[in-house]
Amino acid sequence: MNKFKLFLILPLIGMLSCGKAKTEDKGEGNADASVSVTIKGSDTVLPLAQKEAEELMKNNANVSITVVGGGSGVGLTALIDGTTDIAMASRDLKTEEKLKFSESKTEIEKVIIAYDALAVIVNPANSVSKLTREQLEKIYIGEITNWKDVGGADEKIVAYSRESSSGTYEFFKDEVMDKKNYATTILSLPATGAIVQAVGQTKGAIGYVGLAYETKEVKQLSVSYDQGKNFVAPSVASAKDKTYPISRPLFYMFNKTNEAKVKAVVDYAMSPEGQKNVSEIGYVPLK
Amino acid sequence: MKTNLKKIREKVIESVLMLSSVTTSITVILIVFFLFIEGAGVFSRKPIDDGFLLAVAPSNSVQKLSPAQVKDVYDQKIKNWKEVGGADLPIVLFRTSDISDYYTDEELGENFENFPQKINELITKTPGIIAFFSETYKAKQFVGKELDIDKITISKFLSGEEWFPTAQPIAQMGVKPLIYGTLWVSFGAILIALPIGLAAAIYLSEIAKKKTRNLLKPLIELLAGIPSVVYGFFGLVIIVPLIQSTFNLPVGETALAGSVVLAIMALPTIITISEDAMRNTPRAMKEASLALGASQWQTIYKVVVPYSASGITAGAILGIGRAIGETMAVLMVTGNAAVIPHSFLAPVRTIPATIAAELGEAPNGGLHYEALFALGCILFIITFGINMLVEMVTNRKSHKKH
Repeated sequence: MNKFKLFLILPLIGMLSCGKAKTEDKGEGNADASVSVTIKGSDTVLPLAQKEAEELMKNNANVSITVVGGGSGVGLTALIDGTTDIAMASRDLKTEEKLKFSESKTEIEKVIIAYDALAVIVNPANSVSKLTREQLEKIYIGEITNWKDVGGADEKIVAYSRESSSGTYEFFKDEVMDKKNYATTILSLPATGAIVQAVGQTKGAIGYVGLAYETKEVKQLSVSYDQGKNFVAPSVASAKDKTYPISRPLFYMFNKTNEAKVKAVVDYAMSPEGQKNVSEIGYVPLK
Repeated sequence: MKTNLKKIREKVIESVLMLSSVTTSITVILIVFFLFIEGAGVFSRKPIDDGFLLAVAPSNSVQKLSPAQVKDVYDQKIKNWKEVGGADLPIVLFRTSDISDYYTDEELGENFENFPQKINELITKTPGIIAFFSETYKAKQFVGKELDIDKITISKFLSGEEWFPTAQPIAQMGVKPLIYGTLWVSFGAILIALPIGLAAAIYLSEIAKKKTRNLLKPLIELLAGIPSVVYGFFGLVIIVPLIQSTFNLPVGETALAGSVVLAIMALPTIITISEDAMRNTPRAMKEASLALGASQWQTIYKVVVPYSASGITAGAILGIGRAIGETMAVLMVTGNAAVIPHSFLAPVRTIPATIAAELGEAPNGGLHYEALFALGCILFIITFGINMLVEMVTNRKSHKKH
């Protein structure tokens, strides 16, 4: 009988003490680290935010930062739901999102932390080295399907895009495709790394990635936004002096009422040290 | 006293056991219920974003556009109203953000308070306009004519051939390519996995020596423990280029690549279950067959395989079950283009891959979100049907015995 009682009581004690220990931990954590900030959203901003978070935490032990990817849409949804402090975004707010924020009476502060240029990439074996915006649009809406129509070899074009949750997907659609929908035959991959991998191993492939993802396995194309008069190659320099047309701002967005909490993170991103990380990662700094 | 305590103890244990099984059942029922409630929501909605409207000039004779027509209009494939039954008039596209092309910020006011009035003005003076904007900007005396948009019906949802859930202004919700994609990939997987799995099971249960068996069986079971993302990477880096060069294709991300990866993933299930079934063949039956002069091979395919047929079927079906629901590995190797496949060498998009790729961005409770839940329902119905099949097959076996 005693044994039986013991069996019942022991786990109970265990459970209680565990619970107590946990709450105590939490209390201590809050007292010590003055802020713990969550940053969530665009996979394009992710490497930059990650780097800055590491540097900031190294310099300032009071701040603890968690950086999570998932796509601009994911980050903004989390910001609406209040599950993140800062949303990383590689595009501006959509009208629906603006409405959502105004419905919930939250004022959103947007801070541009860097610029990113989108590079159009092809397989290194491809002889095409430049395309106009119109040609890119026709490739992605499915009107041009062979490389010989744009001055290349007689080879089928295999166009890759990101999944629709990515800010890059929307940005490319708005800026390059004149807001037209992608053709159904476009292959979509869940990550930028996968696109580089696929373009590198597929002869007729074309894809688009952020400038920071540039590698030797793929070739970057020059693009023209004036019907083929001037072609500009993607590079940090050409994006900085705004001659390269496919570039976009990268944002940190946060709730205005939350400003005090995220101030350290945002200030660091705007500071000269923070901006130094921007060029190291391969994006375009603000100045 | 002692017996009483024993009784109480048994009662307590009994009720704990009962409680856990009840909670499990209730959780399962709640999940299914939740899935269907959320999924059914899509059929009471219009394929346009909540609180948005499509309007044309009052003089326009067009009353209604199908979702596909609206998409073609906004993709500038349809450029004149006469193509959709109206007057001979070029179509002028208008989205909320285009307002800055017509009016300055000062004219619109700081918080867009003049927006409704300006839209009215624009619609009156542009007879060929089609305007897509939020209802909050609709003026009280709205001059334009709102286009009628049909609700999404089950039959249209299932038979639609275009999947553009985020298309503006009208979402295209056709799941046919996704269902076909899922079935093609799973069917291909079972076509590859069944012969290999069966061969391996026969070898392990009938031919292999005990030592070999003890070595091979854990290895095969290890396959089941590898995370699916790893299979996905393996598929993307090894299988995709291999398929591309073997069949000389422009692109290696195909249904076949998905099938091969899924076949590898389904193998442990098929091998383990069918091997167990074969080993359950009564020794007496095998010995009787051998005693009658049958060779080992004849015994295997005349006695062992027929006897364990239901176990093999169950293994195969459970293997497909795993294949149909598999997400990550397939997402990485099938190319995810939402087109109805006509061969194994074309890219496909499966239901689980679609849900995994898109749920993160779909606004909670929105149309896209509910459409993804409806996809989940379809997947559930398919796997439920498969499980019923397994049940029937295994039941048949027990009837035979008696």
